[in-house]
Amino acid sequence: MSRVTLDARRLLCPMPVIRVQDRIETLTPGTILEAICTDPGVMNDIPAWCRINGHKVIETRSDRTEYIVVIEVGEEE
Amino acid sequence: MAQFRIIHGFPRLPTKHIMTEQRKAVALISGGLDSLLAAKVIQEQGIHVEGINFYTGFCVEGHTHAIRKKDQKKPKRNNALWVAEQLGIKLHIVDIVEEYKDIVFNPKHGYGANLNPCLDCKIFMVSKALEWIRKKDFDFIITGEVIGQRPMSQRKETMPVVSGESGAGDLLLRPLCAKNLPETRPESEGWVDRERLYDFSGRSRKPQMALAEKFGFKDYAQPAGGCCFLTDAQYSGKLADLWRARGSKQYEMDDIMLLKVGRHLRPAPHFKVIIAREEGEANFLQGYRKQFITIKTISHGGPLALIDGEPTAADIELAARLVARYSQGRDADLVELEVMDREGTSRALKVEPLKPHEIPQEWHI
Ligand code: SF4
Repeated sequence: MSRVTLDARRLLCPMPVIRVQDRIETLTPGTILEAICTDPGVMNDIPAWCRINGHKVIETRSDRTEYIVVIEVGEEE
Repeated sequence: MAQFRIIHGFPRLPTKHIMTEQRKAVALISGGLDSLLAAKVIQEQGIHVEGINFYTGFCVEGHTHAIRKKDQKKPKRNNALWVAEQLGIKLHIVDIVEEYKDIVFNPKHGYGANLNPCLDCKIFMVSKALEWIRKKDFDFIITGEVIGQRPMSQRKETMPVVSGESGAGDLLLRPLCAKNLPETRPESEGWVDRERLYDFSGRSRKPQMALAEKFGFKDYAQPAGGCCFLTDAQYSGKLADLWRARGSKQYEMDDIMLLKVGRHLRPAPHFKVIIAREEGEANFLQGYRKQFITIKTISHGGPLALIDGEPTAADIELAARLVARYSQGRDADLVELEVMDREGTSRALKVEPLKPHEIPQEWHI
């Protein structure tokens, strides 16, 4: 399974969500995307975007300066 | 004679006579109640709806919640995403930051009460939605507009201006006030039933609230002025000041972010001082240390400040005295501060804090 990283540091919401969305559009279902962000808002916004667009958040973690959201790209409808 | 259209290689009966084909609409979702209701009304008629949300850089979403500590107690949600989730629809967020600048600089139809170019903004967003439906093979566009709801952009006369100048024409349906407007294509083709659309008009929010109640929507966002910072008088004042100081209408993303943060004071046309009002703002301003000269108190507790512009040595000293005024050393004889340039070289400065009467009201932007 391929794994890719997206650097969305120093961007404020909703920019990290837009970057995730645009990146996912280029990825095949099943790919794991790890988004590294600095706006804590992504902990709500990226999972919300994933829920409505059919992708799965498999992990969220933070070391207080960076917020990381790991996503499994869903099937296209 | 009946007209047949060939789509994807198959002959198709006129749409009025067959209701089986799944029609698709894109709804402009701002995150407010009206767009939520408009999308729901169309969904209820069996149309497949997806949402589109345009990010201009001035949207009220996100940023300030992320920045200001006092706002962190409020739930940090993106209202457009929340709306999409309530409706169970997909949401496509489109970054229009660069293209949008032209709308803010030169709105053909002018500004509203502040620097909000609402009518041009609407036209632009609908034209982008039109591009999107063409690309994605959707049938029509929905907005939550209501005649008379907003003095500038939502009047009976502006409705045809938006549909006409955007190029959407009769593919633009406003479900909340459709009965007050000429029939659109989705209605005439029978994709939606005009009888089950609404005739809201005027500034009252009661019909929307009653409809929200009927659909069981609670806890929806009700932005007071509009969907973006440009409707805010204070924010627009800061943007106008920036344009004056630069001698031309221009802005970058960092500028419009910084206008949302801190106290802005302009002691002279060629520089201004941005002073954090609390810890969250100070943390945010920290991120700009390489782009601006920064000032921080050392001898006393105090805010972090940035100097925007090209200050002389005397200006920097004045800025330091100003920052000292907003520190815990405001009544001390001398306050020590650290001034750091863009390269990261710092030096200490001891200054006398400005007295309140030495800070003219006109400095406050
Ligand atoms: S309030 Fe802002 S986003 Fe909304 S229509 Fe007016 S200019 Fe556009």
